[in-house]
Amino acid sequence: MSASNDSIKKTITVSVLLCLVCSVLVSGAAVLLRDTQKQNKQLDKQRSILEIAGLMQSGQPIAEQFKSITPKIVDLQTGQFTDKVKASSYDQRKAAKDPKQSDIVPSNQDVASIKRQAHYATVYVVEKNNTIDTIILPVHGYGLWSTMYGFLALKGDTKTVVGFGFYDQGETPGLGGEVDNPKWKSQWPGKVVYDDQFQVKIDLIKGGANPSNPNFDHQVDGLAGATLTTRGVENLLHYWLGENGFGPFLANLRAGKA
Amino acid sequence: MSNTKEIILSPILDNNPIALQILGICSALAVTSNLQTTVVMCIALTLVTAFSNMSVSLIRHHIPSSIRIIVQMTIIASLVIVVDQVLKAYAYSISKQLSVFVGLIITNCIVMGRAEAFAMKNPPIPSFIDGIGNGLGYSVILLTLGVIRELLGAGKLFGYEILPLVSEGGWYQPNGLLLLPPSAFFLIGLIIWGLRTWKKNQVEQPDYKLAAHSKYKEAM
Repeated sequence: MSASNDSIKKTITVSVLLCLVCSVLVSGAAVLLRDTQKQNKQLDKQRSILEIAGLMQSGQPIAEQFKSITPKIVDLQTGQFTDKVKASSYDQRKAAKDPKQSDIVPSNQDVASIKRQAHYATVYVVEKNNTIDTIILPVHGYGLWSTMYGFLALKGDTKTVVGFGFYDQGETPGLGGEVDNPKWKSQWPGKVVYDDQFQVKIDLIKGGANPSNPNFDHQVDGLAGATLTTRGVENLLHYWLGENGFGPFLANLRAGKA
Repeated sequence: MSNTKEIILSPILDNNPIALQILGICSALAVTSNLQTTVVMCIALTLVTAFSNMSVSLIRHHIPSSIRIIVQMTIIASLVIVVDQVLKAYAYSISKQLSVFVGLIITNCIVMGRAEAFAMKNPPIPSFIDGIGNGLGYSVILLTLGVIRELLGAGKLFGYEILPLVSEGGWYQPNGLLLLPPSAFFLIGLIIWGLRTWKKNQVEQPDYKLAAHSKYKEAM
């Protein structure tokens, strides 16, 4: 290595050139692959909706299967379907960050720690013989480390769970990350999230739910070693099923006024 | 071309980056609980090592020694980001499982070690081959771990059932420990033990020797 390599001029030239080449390489890859990545994300979301709704048939293209599901926009304030925004292009996660399309959730009501809530939500509806068979609600809330995004699929009676799961979470692998464990998720189908007066009633039980408990239908095992994630899951369900979330919408749905 | 052959084969057994140089242990623990992620990780690391070696070697006469580590890091980091982007585009579910570990290839000592130890002093083509060789050495250990851990820990290989599990009506009671990262530690230890018993020259010289017992009279 010659001494001239160590001159200040050479050092700066080399580092500037290297940075230029590397940044072109990195940004080139990011730009070229962006569309495929977006598509993947979309497919992944559709796959989790299908799985949670219990409609997934392996071996068939996801986009094809997803045709049986209709995305619809719900105005969370009135609790009614709306066509003010287009379901195909609306991004609820983006809207929740935009002050024009969202409201601050008052901190005393913000049990799920979501801070802002979008005006509209995309729900997914499966219809059979013109009646609603399954309704899939997007839910999210804060766990221990991350905001967990998932779906809750309910039967047409709006209180029996068809499936529940997250498609995006960053909880501790092995502890809170067990929200993705198929065994834990398999407890959800058949649980009832409202009581007879349609007050939210669903609890995650530390140490495991007991089948002999009269409230067993409203109880699910907590996650071992992940108290805060468990609490987060419980809170986000209570929030989204309650007055500020989809409560009014589900009430309208029951009354046939959505 | 016996030289090429040596460059590519010696890291597999004689100079294995994990077993002899004890580098890259972190990812060897983390991604080997199932074979699919293991294979992807091996391919990713081999490619990154090969191309970073080649790029560093191409510009080795122009790298100021005062910033050479940063230069190497920049090249490695750029390559890793490209690999990460490609995985996200074409193998989304695997990239989701590998999550942070693809990014951590940047800090994998093997990549940096080879850039500094080999690529800075050798022409591009041998450097590229050295990268492949070391990637293979890394892969051999990782695949061994992956096979043992997935087979005995979950009764599967590549997600296909090999040993029917008790919980699904079979006879095999899986060893859950093997799915946890510490098990890879034990396995790597056993592999190193085996390798050094077979190839005695890999045994390190002890740092000091205990003196023989001194006799009572000498001590007086």
